[in-house]
Amino acid sequence: MHTIESLSLTKKYGSLVAVNALDLQVKRGQIFGFLGPNGAGKTTTVRMLTGLTRPTSGQAVINSYDMVKEPVMAKKQIGVVSQYNNVDVDLTSVENLRLHGMLHSMEKKKREERIKELLHFAHLWKRKDELVRTFSGGMKRRLMIIRALLHSPQILFMDEPTVGLDPQTRRDIWALIRQIRESGCTIFMTTHYIEEAENLCDLVGIIDQGKLITRGVPNHLTESLGPYTLEIIEKGKSSYQFFKTAEEAYQKTNAGNHQQEFDIRSTNLEDLFIHLTGRSVLE
Amino acid sequence: MKGAKAIFYREMIIFKRRIGKIIASYSLSPLLFLIAFGWGMGKKFKVEGVDYIAFMIPGLLAMSSMNHSFDIASEINIARFYWHIFDEFMMAPISPSSIVLGEIGAGMVKGLLSSFIILLLAPLFSVSIHINFFLIICLLLNTFMFSAAGVIIAMMVKTHADQSAFNTFVIVPMSFLCGTFFSLKKLPKILYIIAHFLPLTHSSLCLRASFLNKALPLGSFVAMIGFSLLFFYGAVQAVKRSSV
Repeated sequence: MHTIESLSLTKKYGSLVAVNALDLQVKRGQIFGFLGPNGAGKTTTVRMLTGLTRPTSGQAVINSYDMVKEPVMAKKQIGVVSQYNNVDVDLTSVENLRLHGMLHSMEKKKREERIKELLHFAHLWKRKDELVRTFSGGMKRRLMIIRALLHSPQILFMDEPTVGLDPQTRRDIWALIRQIRESGCTIFMTTHYIEEAENLCDLVGIIDQGKLITRGVPNHLTESLGPYTLEIIEKGKSSYQFFKTAEEAYQKTNAGNHQQEFDIRSTNLEDLFIHLTGRSVLE
Repeated sequence: MKGAKAIFYREMIIFKRRIGKIIASYSLSPLLFLIAFGWGMGKKFKVEGVDYIAFMIPGLLAMSSMNHSFDIASEINIARFYWHIFDEFMMAPISPSSIVLGEIGAGMVKGLLSSFIILLLAPLFSVSIHINFFLIICLLLNTFMFSAAGVIIAMMVKTHADQSAFNTFVIVPMSFLCGTFFSLKKLPKILYIIAHFLPLTHSSLCLRASFLNKALPLGSFVAMIGFSLLFFYGAVQAVKRSSV
């Protein structure tokens, strides 16, 4: 059964088509990574799937509830970690969590127990009564994640969960995401970090200019190109060739000239994106 | 209704945390009005048969409670565009009417606090106050009406500048042209008619009648109820339109 399903999901802003007839299915318990450059339509897709933006056409279905026709039931299934740090800086971490629990009609005793459990889980218990405005970016992000988990949603949406964080904090968040997956929660995350998608996701979809250009298991996608990439750099410009073995790629370098530099490495999702669009995902 | 309670809970935590500053800022403007118009001209003039300061205080109640209830629009605006906190409400499994009621509740508390401050200040200017059932009902209606209007505007504007423009071109003129500080009978005929299409006019008339122990103008009272229902409906629709 698919827990997240989009059927010809489309969003237009005037003549701009932000998301173009997107068809997606995510199965229960998967981490689905939605990969694409800035402005590709990732956030708009998440906003439609989470009920923040009304689609121009098509359907967003969450655990068989249509987000437009049955928004209350559909929203009960999900937790959302937004791209922005939208924790309330005028409240303490406990108050932020309590507010979220109240918004999700959690029973008081269960809510307070769960708040305690999650604050320990995110290593925020010692700061529970401090105003969130005193927290670092990483702490705010951890608080956002546990807030989204408070009501035990079946599906967690995370929009660029590690954007703007330092490498160590990013790895801490990854560890947190892996722990969440172990609980059986389905995760839909957007990212423009290749490493993040490759490290965390069972399945990735690549979006560019509002259109889904490919989807699949990260390893399968890169291996379909060829597991080894030869990057040829000449006069500051790169071109790419893909090979089944590193030896084949190495032999190719023998045919090169002295003005060329070569780099042989494992093929990654960035190479796939360049191959499909002619541009880097970071452009 | 649990959603409304949650939103009200959030607003009240912040309200309590800032209560000292809020009381100080809510007191300043009415105090200046009372000094300038009360001491300045209060006992020298009579309007509609009463001392000017006694005439003015209900108008001040109407204006101040309107301003502070409507101010929920700025709070929502900041929550939407700056802190993105409002998204948390919009993504929660609650109805648009719950969001509206929670915000209206918070706006009403602010408006009622500002009214309470004026009623406390009035005796300092030798005005005896008459708190009665209708005065309380009219204050509740006035704060409900303008909190709901605040939610509508907050959901319709696209930027802080739009919000500011609305305040400048609608709220400020209404503050002065709706019989708050002078008798509407002094207005030219056309402005007199226009004023009756503005909700604050009816609040001023009802609050003044209640405050001065006169008969409640029934037409204005019905108009206040009508505006309240209309603005509540508009606020729910505005929230609905801005999400799914």
